Amino acid sequence: MNSVVKGASYVLVHAPDMLVKNGTTQTTERIVNPNSEYLKTLGKHLRSYDDAVAYLPNQVYIGNLDPVELRKHEQPWYGTKFEDAARYGRFGEIMPQAEFYFLIQACDEFELVRLEKGFVGEYKDAFFASPVVTDLIRNRIHDGVDAEQLEKILKEDGEGLYLGDRLVGAVKKAHDVDLALSSHVLLENLVSKASHVLSLLHLVDKAGISPAEVDYVIDCSEEACGDMNQRGGGNFAKASAEIAGFSNATGIDTRGFCASPVHALTIAASLVKAGTYKNVVVSAGGSTAKLGMNGKDHIKKDMPLVEDVIGGFAVWIGEDDGKNPIIDLDHVGRHTVGTGSSPQAVITSLVSDPLQKAGLKITDIDIYSPEMQNPDCTKPAGAGDVPVANLKMIAALGVKQGILERKDINDFVEKHGVPGFAPTQGHIPSGVPFIGYGREALLNGAVNRIMIVGKGSLFLGRLTNLFDGVSFMMLPNEGKVEETGKASGEELRKIVAESLRGFAKSLLSEDQDE
Amino acid sequence: MSILNGKTVIAIGDRDGIPGPAIQACAESAGANVIFSSTECFV
Amino acid sequence: MDLENQRRVKEFAEQLGPENVVVLIGASEGSASALAAETVTAGDPTYAGPLTGVSLGLQVYHVCEDAVKAEFDEAIYEDQVSMMEMVIDLDDIVEQMESIRSQFTKY
Repeated sequence: MNSVVKGASYVLVHAPDMLVKNGTTQTTERIVNPNSEYLKTLGKHLRSYDDAVAYLPNQVYIGNLDPVELRKHEQPWYGTKFEDAARYGRFGEIMPQAEFYFLIQACDEFELVRLEKGFVGEYKDAFFASPVVTDLIRNRIHDGVDAEQLEKILKEDGEGLYLGDRLVGAVKKAHDVDLALSSHVLLENLVSKASHVLSLLHLVDKAGISPAEVDYVIDCSEEACGDMNQRGGGNFAKASAEIAGFSNATGIDTRGFCASPVHALTIAASLVKAGTYKNVVVSAGGSTAKLGMNGKDHIKKDMPLVEDVIGGFAVWIGEDDGKNPIIDLDHVGRHTVGTGSSPQAVITSLVSDPLQKAGLKITDIDIYSPEMQNPDCTKPAGAGDVPVANLKMIAALGVKQGILERKDINDFVEKHGVPGFAPTQGHIPSGVPFIGYGREALLNGAVNRIMIVGKGSLFLGRLTNLFDGVSFMMLPNEGKVEETGKASGEELRKIVAESLRGFAKSLLSEDQDE
Repeated sequence: MSILNGKTVIAIGDRDGIPGPAIQACAESAGANVIFSSTECFV
Repeated sequence: MDLENQRRVKEFAEQLGPENVVVLIGASEGSASALAAETVTAGDPTYAGPLTGVSLGLQVYHVCEDAVKAEFDEAIYEDQVSMMEMVIDLDDIVEQMESIRSQFTKY
């Protein structure tokens, strides 16, 4: 039975103070250049929550504005406010930082996170009013502690949670020696877990999956949790599923830098197709480390720090219902050990090889969703418009193959791609941001074929110089639900009867030969 | 005079441009000794 | 430029002599190419890495520039890089690289 995409959720968390305190560009600067102009001017370039909500790419991400609409607005987009902007969209929400601190506390099982009493009093009602926060989560919120207690935690190698200059919470270290359980690592992991949980809550709310229905969760983020004896032991998936109330689920973490979500989706689709599980959720939270990653370039260009949101998403893969778009597992693209790193080899392996196998051409895909980074983040840093560059690479390969002419490249980009709208959160922009819109476009017949492409920079881990990538196609559901691998009782009787007849015939002919 | 032949080359590639190993292959074909190759990532 | 990469560039230039080292870059944009080129010639303009205030003046080219392209094996360049000429803005990259070289390259 085929695997289908039954729904998706997308969430953002506005985290300006985590950008300042926890983003690696900023933490590195505080080490190498503590008195720098950059650190002094940082605060002036932070956006308010309302500005982050009104930001066009963020509204696209949570489902309030179709990505093609971005073409109607001149880049850069940070100067334009979306008039119909809202906190909630049809795929998820943009959660304010203060409420997110409550979710972090709710995700803590070991009394490592403490919030200040006054802060809890001030913001608890807002957090509790969220339409997706469950009683299970509400019941986990503590009353809070005195400010002195937070200061004490910081003195003992803790990490602070801030609203501007105000210390409102703290994360303790969980071990005196073990760096894998330091407050820094724990904060990163708790942020990943909490934003993952938020994505799962919205999947329940938006896609209508019941928490008890979920059999398996695959976390495809880029953090590692464990202790010094098993630094990446895991498991974000099950830890997040627990807080989301998925009581019948287990799960696992997949890792592969930014390529991980697309790997995870092919694994999930295979598990469903094989009949191992009926409902698998592929999901991830985001990263504090990447907040403000290109901040220096943004400030140099006198623009706001647009990398101020943590991202998350969840995709529900289920059994063929004759309606939802199918993941084509017969023609997946993959970059292998032997592929090489040249851009043409990469695009050939991810795009043209699987298409050729399916008897299709580059132009037969209506929409490609490669890496969907928001160009407002990358262009000022000299990294260009990443989704456009990827579309251009696909078109350029088409030129090399004689399918397209060089003058058609820009048209191809316009026709077969959508503008990038996802925050530079590594795995978050990688192919998956378009699955929500893509699913709808396949359901309403606006498009016929979508290709989701994920790429990963494995070389950053210094274990290999290799690159990685995987891709798959999403296709419309023709409404014919096929049972594969399972024959019905009637079919089995037929098969046995036919083989017995064949056997009898062969015996008969052997007798005659003798 | 040759720029690369017999010279020591450092390749600084870009994940969304031309990656280090691709630069390395070209430089070596010109007779250079590539002593270090790396690929940067902005995303 | 990545801080670790800066450290390696500095080490190799000191060890082998800056006149013997050529840096080839593969950035996708003119501004990023210029930033990398400036870092290995005039010093790190972002004041973050080991090359801050260190003017190595190294020879530096983008891998798609004609001067170095002419020395590559044609088939290898075709296989490894050529497609990207259709993706990047090569004119802008060349212009920015030439500007950095004319100001800061010593060799």
